[in-house]
Amino acid sequence: MVAVRYDTVFKLYPYEKVPDQDKPARRHPVVIVGGGPIGLAIALDLGQRGTPALVLDDHDGAGTGSKAICFAKRTLDISHRLGVGQAMVDKGVVWNVGKVFHDENRLFEFNLLPEDGHRNPAFINLQQPYFEKFIYEGIEAAQANGAPIEVRGMNAVTALESHDDHVVVSVDTPDGPYTLEADWLIACDGARSPIREMMGLDFEGRVFEDNFLIADVRMTADFPTERWFWFEPPFKGSGQSALLHKQPDDVWRIDFQLGWEIDREKELDPANIRARVDAMLSSQSGEVPEYELVWTSIYTFQCRRMKNFRHGRVFFAGDSAHQVSPFGARGANSGMQDAENLAWKLNFVLNGHAPEGLLDSYDDERGFGADENILNSSRATDFMTPKSDMSKVFRNAVLELASKHSFARPFVNSGRLSVPCVYDGFPLFGVDALDGPTVTRPGASCTDATVDQGFLLDHLKGNFTLLAIGTEAPPQFTFDGVAIDVVHVPSPSPELSTRYLGDAAQAVYLIRPDQHIVARWADFDAEEVECAINLSLGKA
Amino acid sequence: MPLNLTPNIADADGFYDELLAAHQDLTKDDSDAFNARLILTLANHIGDREILRAAINAAK
Ligand SMILES: Cc1cc2nc3c(=O)[nH]c(=O)nc-3n(C[C@H](O)[C@H](O)[C@H](O)COP(=O)(O)OP(=O)(O)OC[C@H]3O[C@@H](n4cnc5c(N)ncnc54)[C@H](O)[C@@H]3O)c2cc1C
Repeated sequence: MVAVRYDTVFKLYPYEKVPDQDKPARRHPVVIVGGGPIGLAIALDLGQRGTPALVLDDHDGAGTGSKAICFAKRTLDISHRLGVGQAMVDKGVVWNVGKVFHDENRLFEFNLLPEDGHRNPAFINLQQPYFEKFIYEGIEAAQANGAPIEVRGMNAVTALESHDDHVVVSVDTPDGPYTLEADWLIACDGARSPIREMMGLDFEGRVFEDNFLIADVRMTADFPTERWFWFEPPFKGSGQSALLHKQPDDVWRIDFQLGWEIDREKELDPANIRARVDAMLSSQSGEVPEYELVWTSIYTFQCRRMKNFRHGRVFFAGDSAHQVSPFGARGANSGMQDAENLAWKLNFVLNGHAPEGLLDSYDDERGFGADENILNSSRATDFMTPKSDMSKVFRNAVLELASKHSFARPFVNSGRLSVPCVYDGFPLFGVDALDGPTVTRPGASCTDATVDQGFLLDHLKGNFTLLAIGTEAPPQFTFDGVAIDVVHVPSPSPELSTRYLGDAAQAVYLIRPDQHIVARWADFDAEEVECAINLSLGKA
Repeated sequence: MPLNLTPNIADADGFYDELLAAHQDLTKDDSDAFNARLILTLANHIGDREILRAAINAAK
């Protein structure tokens, strides 16, 4: 039997019996354990590249509760490449105005004016179940086009046996257990990762002793689409901080940081939650708008990571590999970067286009990403919950100054929004032979810009790509069996110039399948480009 | 420019006076808060991370 641990809001992949269940263990190239956002994204990316992906999940869809709400631009750009970004942006809420309060005082207000020349906004607010649903719809569309993706609901992985060249997986289903084999296995089974447990692997880091009460409320009252954040909110018993954020469907996310010593049962009593929410919602207008409680929960969080994200034939991606505090919205956002990093590498290795060693760079690069995220979210946590008397003195000094002087505002830290990792100095990245802007240096992911009537990222479709701006480059070619797309922009838009040329008159960029820049030059030189491709595939 | 650790304030006594005067009549907590605001304000004016790091070390 498969235990039900949570309810699903969207039944995406109901249980169906498959022939595998009555046969001796069949071998699959890639098995993904966990159909959360990360497992589904990897499956979609692999499947679109033609690599068969089998997802096993012990439920049948997206769980209730909105969990993640904030999805950053890089995540939307990745989703766009996978063909599911537009649905997210259409459904999501875009906000620009934020207000920061300390106690009774409104300290300052900010407006995140969007930058020109990007398809996607800096981020959107969207309930996680929708995010998962849109990726799953992408999977269905890909399947209809023949992509070899299979998702099996109510398939719980119960045991794992690692071998040098494959993994044996035991699965339980409503019709009883069966076994299968995988050349490669990706554990996307979440923060409590049963796979990690089964393999007896470490998960080290800091546990922050704090409880957060989340309430998603639905209100149709006219309420501004702004992000409100309080340090030491004045409403009675609401703890160290509070947050109000808009989501689609007239739902608002409210977060109260309650502290460590709390009575969970009492705090979850709807009457108590309502008392707090009333106080918050009426704090600016003096009136309590009408609202309904949609979802409430208390959670604690941790900042931890596994030492290695690859163990032989098993990879860990998303929350199973690393966990951060929710400030800065780095959980799912960083997991999506894991997904895009691993998918193309595995596809290249399976196709024989790259040596197996390429796969170690996944651990190298994404381990760095995890460290960066943990650092950022730990800093936010330390600002929000000062750990000593003096750190509180400084924190409050920052808040006081911030109400009067703009210089202090950058110190105010209620979470730094996830931005993509730049793999500076990592071994698979090549030369920077252009006197170009730093945003597009080797290691960085491509930032968007207008190209003709569309956007640059629309042209980066998941192959290695040469981008030639204001200079000559050969038409699309193949190198050692690897297809290289060529994007030729004779006369760049102002944004493309600013972001990709700077002071240079022309440029040639080599871009990886995950849209990270490998190397750049002023001119096209076949030998240099070939060297950089080899380097990037771990062949050099 | 390295961190200047040689005398640099004209009328050192006068400045010292002004600094203490700002703390006059403050409680210990208010004085701590004032010091923190002052450090942050000065640090922002300096801006240069190298110099700030050198200053943190010099003050240890
Ligand atoms: C309150 C809250 C707010 C958050 N806000 C944000 C935010 O704004 N932005 C952001 O980016 N992130 C946010 N996060 C983090 C985000 O929710 C997670 O990072 C994200 O869900 C991780 O996705 P995942 O696919 O790695 O794991 P999960 O979503 O946990 O999915 C794991 C899947 O594996 C399945 N599974 C588990 N065990 C087995 C098994 N033995 N066999 C088969 N299947 C199994 C589970 O059923 C589940 O479907 C937030 C989290 C919380 C709790």
